[in-house]
Amino acid sequence: MKSFNLEKFFASKSAAFVLPFIATVLLFAIWELAVILLKIPPFNLPAPTNIFQSMVTFAPQILANSLRTLWTTMLGFALAVLVGVILGFMIGYSRVAYLTMYPLLVAFNTIPKAAIVPLLAIWFGANAIPATITAFLLAFFPIAVNVALGLDTVEPEMKDVLRSLGATQVETFQKVGWPHTLPYIFASLKIAASFAFIGTVISESVASNAGLGYLIVQATADFNVPLAFAALIVLAIMGVILYGFFVFLEKKVIYWAR
Amino acid sequence: MVQPIVDPTSPDSRSLDTAPLLEFDRVGLEYPFEGSMRRIIEEVTLSIRPSEFVSFVGPSGCGKTSILRMVSGLSPAPIGQIRYRGQKINKPLKNVGIAFQNPVLLPWRNTLNNVMLPLEIVQPYKRTFNQQKEQYIRMAQDLLSTVRLQDFQKQYPWQLSGGMRQRASLCRALIHQPEILLLDEPFGALDAFTREEMWTMLQALWMRVKCVGILITHDLREAVFLSDKVYVMSPRPSSIIYTETIDLPRPRTLEMELSDEFNHYFSNIRRHIHHN
Repeated sequence: MKSFNLEKFFASKSAAFVLPFIATVLLFAIWELAVILLKIPPFNLPAPTNIFQSMVTFAPQILANSLRTLWTTMLGFALAVLVGVILGFMIGYSRVAYLTMYPLLVAFNTIPKAAIVPLLAIWFGANAIPATITAFLLAFFPIAVNVALGLDTVEPEMKDVLRSLGATQVETFQKVGWPHTLPYIFASLKIAASFAFIGTVISESVASNAGLGYLIVQATADFNVPLAFAALIVLAIMGVILYGFFVFLEKKVIYWAR
Repeated sequence: MVQPIVDPTSPDSRSLDTAPLLEFDRVGLEYPFEGSMRRIIEEVTLSIRPSEFVSFVGPSGCGKTSILRMVSGLSPAPIGQIRYRGQKINKPLKNVGIAFQNPVLLPWRNTLNNVMLPLEIVQPYKRTFNQQKEQYIRMAQDLLSTVRLQDFQKQYPWQLSGGMRQRASLCRALIHQPEILLLDEPFGALDAFTREEMWTMLQALWMRVKCVGILITHDLREAVFLSDKVYVMSPRPSSIIYTETIDLPRPRTLEMELSDEFNHYFSNIRRHIHHN
């Protein structure tokens, strides 16, 4: 007799937490097993238990460097949201701004950011500033593009309805442009948050005095591979938490979007 | 002051006024096409009295939609002119209501708030929106019950069927008591059953507001059912090739569709439709 209804569980809310958890545990189990069975040396691929052990041993270092990476990323990300939204509205609303700035933005975005970090380090030194700027540089572009896209996709009929009511530019923005763009902003925030983390870590691993990127480079230089992996896992956890936060915020703010 | 919603049974000052509200004076339209100008609308001259409901029918591409855009002032007539109360229309008119085939309701507003949108923008309602909100809500509810949406005020657009969305869109087009209602194939995307139901509801709404109605449609029965006058347009470059005055009593009912009179009007118009 089956008392547990699988299909009902898959449709339930808790499945969204339980299933990824099971997948993670399973991944670690397979990983552990593979390391043991194939006798992989720890400086090539440490087993998960080895990594967690190292996480405990180096807890103070990991915590301090995580906090550094976290606030650097958040600062760069906050700047990216501000500048990205403003730029997006400019290129979305003004054809002149679009024509003049869009090619520049695209050209700038194609430059690999890792190539800029050494320059930033010369200008600002090996500290948190290059990391913040790199996080910002990676994150603002998707936000700006999505905001402009959001404004651009307001139905022409809707614009006509507002114009025929005699709505001013400001009213059109308030009543249609801004709310219509919100789902696009949220979609971009989720991408931009992970981009900001990437930016910070790139910069920290090239030119910095602290942060998880710095920790990873130092650890691998010492052949302390388990510590490098521990830092990677912390990085992944922070990224997932930030992503989850925006998903949560999105559901609250744009509950009407389907 | 909010204008009271007009009682359809009492004589209305607007309908007694016989001076034309809109005059089309040799209106034409051309479009650049492969290096030269291509004439879309040859010449249209006609006038529309207050509270008259007219339809434009004709083959696709004959510039029907452009006529609406020219009347609304969203794209003023490039050749000839359209006059509103004797004034040439050269910028968007403010007291019009518009509904398209796409109902374009705002997804973040429920039905009631979607219908109330014009009151937040158009004067004199905008000025008193906060003070008289209760009254405005009642106005919106009143219109919504005319189209039997009174139980769907709190629903969001995605929770409504296509026909319901279109009914809400019609209420939005009329809540600010516009002088001109412009309808661009509003029921084109609906199935035949829903469409006929919409005709009676549109008629009920329109008879309350008694504004000028201008309907663009492909559906000749729809044109006969709703209009006082049907203008038939020729293929491009188009002009009005036939005008039929529909003298059926109002409110019209779906049973009338089966009458000889109705079919007489229908076949008269049908005979003048050319296919290109």
